[in-house]
Amino acid sequence: MARPRLRSTLDREIGEINDDLLRMHKLVDQAIVRSVDSLTRRDQATAQQVIDEDIQINDLRYKIEEACLALIATQQPAAGDLRSIIAAMHMVVEMERMGDHATGIAKTVIRMGDEPLLKPLVDIPRMAELAREMLRQSLAAYAGRDAAKARAVADLDDQMDGLYKAVFSELVEIMSHTPDSAARATYLLWCAHNLERIADRVTNIAERVVFIATGDMQELND
Amino acid sequence: MAGADHPKIEVQELNFYYGSFQALENVSMEIHERQITALIGPSGCGKTTFLRCLNRMNDDIPGARVEGKVLIEGEDVYEQGVDVVELRRRVGMVFQKPNPFPQSVFDNVAFGPRVLGLTNGRTDLNELVERSLTRAALWEEVKDDLAKEALGLSLGEQQRLCIARVLAVEPEIILMDEPCSALDPIATAKIEELMRQLRERYTIVIVTHNMQQAARVSDRTGLFWLGKLVEFDEAARIFTRPTQQLTEDYITGRMG
Repeated sequence: MARPRLRSTLDREIGEINDDLLRMHKLVDQAIVRSVDSLTRRDQATAQQVIDEDIQINDLRYKIEEACLALIATQQPAAGDLRSIIAAMHMVVEMERMGDHATGIAKTVIRMGDEPLLKPLVDIPRMAELAREMLRQSLAAYAGRDAAKARAVADLDDQMDGLYKAVFSELVEIMSHTPDSAARATYLLWCAHNLERIADRVTNIAERVVFIATGDMQELND
Repeated sequence: MAGADHPKIEVQELNFYYGSFQALENVSMEIHERQITALIGPSGCGKTTFLRCLNRMNDDIPGARVEGKVLIEGEDVYEQGVDVVELRRRVGMVFQKPNPFPQSVFDNVAFGPRVLGLTNGRTDLNELVERSLTRAALWEEVKDDLAKEALGLSLGEQQRLCIARVLAVEPEIILMDEPCSALDPIATAKIEELMRQLRERYTIVIVTHNMQQAARVSDRTGLFWLGKLVEFDEAARIFTRPTQQLTEDYITGRMG
């Protein structure tokens, strides 16, 4: 007779939390894509959609948090299980805030109205792609409990910081030469800053993955 | 030197045999003074055998044989000439099922001091009984009727009476073999609270099947498996990031 599988309820419910984390990742990724797309195309309808749909990300965050609390209360998880659940609770907060950063870009797009873009966008879409790639890799590292992959994600944050510095310097340069453009340059700076913050939050997720995999809590990027 | 970092008990390469069956294999462990050390593991893993080695409770089992050392304050309890009665006074034991004598509450607690001649006169004995019952967190419940039959107490009260009986002979170490397994959650919580208080004065070693209990009360936890000590570390570490896969599997409930 086959041996009954122990802790099947705990395993199933951790599996459901993981499924919801992947769903949340999909929504956050979509919000980043749409917010930067709305900026590039100056599409206020898409920007408004990002703002309106942020509630789905928020709801999923609370759903996952409640599921984690219920598991702790009812299943008394320990060791690796406990670390996974605690990490999931941190990860949903980070992803929820990423959704807020995407919303921040969308709100900036609406605030910009019909004003033309100060310059063609090059680095900001690159920053968005890099943020998405970092997020995708961090979730893959989480799924595989892979500390090395998580550390590699954190290394990508240096590229993000480089892009942000380049955008910052370029926009400050423009502002110093054409003070009339200050408002429009500041709008773009806000957008770039939101993307840079998303990458910081991905790094926090990577730190959680290292914690799940090794039990060590460490800062990956100062 | 005394305190939490002071090894009260040092077990060195302990092997224990029931006839040809080896129940403990090369177990070494330092048990620190005024800490609670919990031993966990599945049935038959050797944790109770280990506990009973600490005050030679296994001595009378036919065919039993022990190798290695159990040092208490540096002295091997298995040395020839050790007074086993005195050893068991220093290292008291509380069992799974409360086992009060069919006597009054007072006489249960006074039994040990009377036999060992620890007190001078009735006043001294009265004080010792009151102090022991107070330390066992039972005094307030029984002080008005010390002549009451011990067997008339609730199970939780009976277990605390057994703890008071151990305390009355002024031990240094208290061994507890699943002391809450017969108790309801409230009585269990009272014993756990009591253990935290007793820890201020005594070194406690507890065997428990209840992993949450080990996590709640112990400073250090050891996992036994097939007679071996698999891992022994601070409880907070054992229950959050054990180093051995066997420990991880056992405490997450995926094996056992």
